[in-house]
Amino acid sequence: MSHGHSTYTPKTGLGRWMDARLPLPRLIYDSFVAYPVPRNLNYAYTFGGILSLMLGVQLLTGIVLAMHYAANTEIAFASIERIMRDVNSGWLLRYLHSNGASFFFVAVYVHIFRGLYYGSYKAPRELLWILGCIIYLLMMATAFMGYVLPWGQMSFWGATVITGFFTAIPLVGDWIQQLLLGGFAVENPTLNRFFSLHYLLPFMIAGVVVLHIWALHVTGQTNPTGIEVKQKTDTVAFTPYATIKDGFAMVVFLFVFAYFVFYIPNYLGHADNYIEANPLQTPAHIVPEWYFLPFYAILRAITFNIGPIDSKLGGVLAMFGSIAVLFVVPWLDTSKVRSAVYRPWYRLFFWLFVADAIFLGWLGSRPAEGIYVALAQVATFYYFAFFLIVMPVLGLIETPRRLPNSITEAVLEKNKRGMRATAQTAGEG
Amino acid sequence: MRKGIMAMKSFLHVLAALGLGVAFAGSAAAQGEDEGGTPHYPLKKPVEQSWSFSGPFGTYDKGQLQRGFKVYREVCASCHSLDLVAFRTLEDLGYTDEQVRAIAAEYEVEDGPDDAGEMFMRPAVPSDYFPSAFANPEQAAASNNGAVPPDFSLMAKARAAERGFPTFIFDVFTQYAEGGVDYSYSLLTGYEEPPQGLEIPEGTYYNPYFLSGPSLAMAPPLADGLVSYDDGSPETVDQYSRDVSAFLMWAAEPHLESRKQMGFTVMIFLIVFGGLVYLTKRKIWSEVH
Repeated sequence: MSHGHSTYTPKTGLGRWMDARLPLPRLIYDSFVAYPVPRNLNYAYTFGGILSLMLGVQLLTGIVLAMHYAANTEIAFASIERIMRDVNSGWLLRYLHSNGASFFFVAVYVHIFRGLYYGSYKAPRELLWILGCIIYLLMMATAFMGYVLPWGQMSFWGATVITGFFTAIPLVGDWIQQLLLGGFAVENPTLNRFFSLHYLLPFMIAGVVVLHIWALHVTGQTNPTGIEVKQKTDTVAFTPYATIKDGFAMVVFLFVFAYFVFYIPNYLGHADNYIEANPLQTPAHIVPEWYFLPFYAILRAITFNIGPIDSKLGGVLAMFGSIAVLFVVPWLDTSKVRSAVYRPWYRLFFWLFVADAIFLGWLGSRPAEGIYVALAQVATFYYFAFFLIVMPVLGLIETPRRLPNSITEAVLEKNKRGMRATAQTAGEG
Repeated sequence: MRKGIMAMKSFLHVLAALGLGVAFAGSAAAQGEDEGGTPHYPLKKPVEQSWSFSGPFGTYDKGQLQRGFKVYREVCASCHSLDLVAFRTLEDLGYTDEQVRAIAAEYEVEDGPDDAGEMFMRPAVPSDYFPSAFANPEQAAASNNGAVPPDFSLMAKARAAERGFPTFIFDVFTQYAEGGVDYSYSLLTGYEEPPQGLEIPEGTYYNPYFLSGPSLAMAPPLADGLVSYDDGSPETVDQYSRDVSAFLMWAAEPHLESRKQMGFTVMIFLIVFGGLVYLTKRKIWSEVH
């Protein structure tokens, strides 16, 4: 949209009639056909499309599941089993939906890490990044409330633990918790409002996704070099080039997704959630779904009081802070160079951060005792240090590698190198 | 430039040392968990069995399901309910419509109210669900030493011993989804005398496979020859345990076979479709590179 004027010319009479009244075909043509994308995008850039696909999968399966689900603590658990046993293809819908949540998070984590690696958040894309953070936050809320709906043991106790966090907030904490629960404990009103919100939030996500894509189409996409598009040869048309590449990536992603759905549908879940919720019996270990484990580890890493902040509030602040810090990343990174490709030190710290996040995830699944606490504290320290120390300081002291003058030059250089390598191997062979 | 590379090398060395330290601490922690004050349950990991329904082409062995159902009916059902399973679904086990009707008719379920406003008992029909042996959980607890015997409908999916790293990663590739049945098989065959010096609570029975402690309130339920088989299968605790575990898997996941069959079709479709999309992509992009 920012790249020149619309090139859409309606070919049929109906098309011209429509274009003069509601130019929706023009909008679609300009956004998803003629829209120029950098020619050097790699497969890490296909996860935006994959995420739209997963949102669609979750909405479609979710809407049908809601036709059969009963949000009442007396029958919620049994209604899920009705879906699994008696509803036509109900097991398929339910496994698609529960595994779909996990794969939605797989895709969003790749998408976020890609943004951090290639510096996609840097000016002028700060709002684009923040909108993405809002979507992520909404996803977390949606997933958490969705996990409560089957009314299993982990649903109930997860809801109890997580809503309990809010009581750590001074003055208004108890009030917020009661508002969330609709009472003083996780009960029928809780389940009802969680169901209502679980149905609402995905549509809010869809709304923010529209803004996210709009902002993307104003600034244009970044690319692995981090250099802005300068000339026409730097880009290709969205259709067919990006469409077919995104399409292929989607099929590969769906393949892995289908593998889980059809062969190991309960692998990512917790066995205790096949036991109906029982307020009188606490499970041995209350653990959240895998995609929340790093934050759970951060929450439990704060075992000490900091001045007037006790360890409980400290843990909650650290956990919320670990997500809040994402919002200010565009202003924490001081580097003039966007992409990690040209920043060897940043690249090292970035991969350490990825390893740290996975490590935190593993720690989140361990009991919070002994050496695990100390390890979680070290890992939590690095998590925050990456954003608050490495990002601002490294940008000032690091000497980046030489940048190519344009995307086209980078692509040509790469092709030349590739050709030389092929020639060499051919010569050797 | 050279200096930068040197600096990065020494930094990487420090990192490697730190990484080794963390790995060492981690494994030490894992060991400490085993040896330390509170023991880790289950004391023994479930013994992995080979099941007809495991793997991408797994199917239920109907003979085994019928035997397992017999064990459930004659032994387990006196305490354990099967709330979520309807008689009509027993046709999956290979029973005919008449046989299912006959099985259902052996049970009495409450119905009503009738014209006089009274509840009454009648023989069950295929659309009914398995009635519970107890009127309510309190009654179940009262007649079982205070422990409510858990419902069996989802047992095969509701129990899992921790797999641990790195086994849980291999499980993705081996499609291991039989943790629940391996557990129930191991538990049923795992009763033994408690090791010397171990005090277990009164009225409980030592079983190193039990998930949440050294002993459980259920006495060993099976004994050789307890249930008679008419297909010549051995009438042993081992065979009973295997059969009833397979039956529990069916009860928890009745659509397992159609899931795996549909999965195969979907995988083949995605491979062919993905291949075509990839070739198209190559053709389209060849003009750019």
